Amino acid sequence: MGMMLVEPDLLRRVEQFIFMEARLQDTHEYAAWEALWDDDGIYWLPANGDDIDPEAQMSIIYDNRSRIGVRVRQLLSGKRYTQDPKSAIRHFVTNVEVLGQDDDVVHVGCNVMVHESSLRGETTWAARTEYLLRPHPDGYRMARKKVALVNNDKPLFTLSFLI
Amino acid sequence: MNVTARPLQPDLQDLIKPDRVHGSLYTDADVFRMELDRIWYRTWVYVGHESEVPNAFDFVMKSIGPQPIIMTRGADGQVNLLQNRCPHRGNQVCTEPRGNARKFTCPFHNWTFSSDGTLQATAFADGYDGQDLSALSLGRVTRVASYRGFVFGSFAADGPTLEEHLGGAAETLDRLCDTSPTGEVEITAGFLQHRVKANWKFILENETDGYHPAFVHASVFKVTESGIGSLYGSKSTALTRDFGNGHTELDLRPEFRLRDQPLSWFGTTAERLPDYVAAMEQHHGPDKARKVMIDGTPHVMIFPNLFVAEIQIFVLQPRAVDDTVQHVTALQFKGAPDMNRRLRQQTMGSVGPAGFLLADDSEMYERTHRGVLSRDPEWLYLARGEHRERVDADGFRVGHATDEVPSRGIWRHYRQLMEAI
Ligand code: FES
Ligand SMILES: [Fe+2]
Repeated sequence: MGMMLVEPDLLRRVEQFIFMEARLQDTHEYAAWEALWDDDGIYWLPANGDDIDPEAQMSIIYDNRSRIGVRVRQLLSGKRYTQDPKSAIRHFVTNVEVLGQDDDVVHVGCNVMVHESSLRGETTWAARTEYLLRPHPDGYRMARKKVALVNNDKPLFTLSFLI
Repeated sequence: MNVTARPLQPDLQDLIKPDRVHGSLYTDADVFRMELDRIWYRTWVYVGHESEVPNAFDFVMKSIGPQPIIMTRGADGQVNLLQNRCPHRGNQVCTEPRGNARKFTCPFHNWTFSSDGTLQATAFADGYDGQDLSALSLGRVTRVASYRGFVFGSFAADGPTLEEHLGGAAETLDRLCDTSPTGEVEITAGFLQHRVKANWKFILENETDGYHPAFVHASVFKVTESGIGSLYGSKSTALTRDFGNGHTELDLRPEFRLRDQPLSWFGTTAERLPDYVAAMEQHHGPDKARKVMIDGTPHVMIFPNLFVAEIQIFVLQPRAVDDTVQHVTALQFKGAPDMNRRLRQQTMGSVGPAGFLLADDSEMYERTHRGVLSRDPEWLYLARGEHRERVDADGFRVGHATDEVPSRGIWRHYRQLMEAI
């Protein structure tokens, strides 16, 4: 894919949105994070490659909007033991690029590293993350978020925080 | 630091009692080495499913304990279990997770092997003039056998047949296949690999532990208003069962028969899956189809590593004393696309590294592993329900859904295997 000429303002706006989303994940503000999703949102972590067919093959996460809600309510239940105590996490987001846009959606890609400290120990996660973002009066809403872990074809420890 | 000297061969009679086991059995690296010799490289171990290699020359990477195993379909249609080690100087001959290959070529010096492991050709063959290389094949798992499409391997030349090993638990695989409208299940959706820093036996025992779900899974039962929670309550009529040979079951049929609703076991109704129901009635006739659809699929742990969990299978792979991988995928029923989609969706929600259920189970495995590293108390207490354990009509030990009948059965068999010479 070649380089797109993008208004600097657009890039700044999507960056600000992605950094905010990462911060809400880092601080475990689950309800505020859920509010960033559009009604038809899809949250997808493929397994065994980045381009599998999620309608035929197993994914680590393949949540439609209602299942995103279940995920958040489980985290808020006070009995999601794998996140009690919560993992301490920090997302590092780089290489943010606008990959495409039309009137009602912006396609954004970035590279993400997450450092996690949990009862088990320290874990580092790395991924290529892509978003479809819909403009909204207060910023954007996520229509799709795909997190392709670089090691999604290997055995992975529990990943129960929001990535 | 623990500096107590321990003999290389622990004396199991001091460590395994009828109602308790010693914590060191989960954490001692010497015990783990002994388990590899006496369990993983001796008894029947589940490797893969025939549907993963449907055509001649198909292959897929599998494992037996820490050892990689290449499962292939040969030119003759037979399933082979091969070791990933070149007989020349030891290089790995296969680095792809799956594919179709008429031969495996070792990249180091270009020897080639057919899909049953036989050496086909060497490079610059004049260097072996006059030598008999016929014994130089890829290593083969000594015995290979399958039951209803489930392929098992044993590194022991002698011992019980697969059917003898499965014993009473074979019927659970029949029950599983009966819920498919063609009588066949398929494994086609790819595996998630969920790693835990814990001993494999915590996982083995937990698969048929009906005591923990009410607590460990309370969060998801609550937020999804699931009907599963009551199956594991103190009033449940479900049973735990010890089939012998280490195989154990949580038999939920008594609860589903009380509900008397086809597909209630799957959290749905006959109206929602009309194609599946029609195909089942076609295959079994309406009466048997109704009965099968009320009973549902089994929840059975086939020792030591195949867990059929109603809608998915888990394959346990111990890699070290505190490193275990759970390979998990949705069951798929041949000829039931409407059912299969739901099976995949529900499986993806529940299991794997981010699963609503398994992320919490795995948290318990890791905490328990760290817990038993503490020195006192030294034992795990497994006597729950001893007073109400009984023998059913088939001669198997059964107990209440929340009783520790399965753990006691697993350890009884474990001790026999570990003490056999
Ligand atoms: S090690 Fe395989 S050909 Fe030499
Ligand atoms: Fe569980």
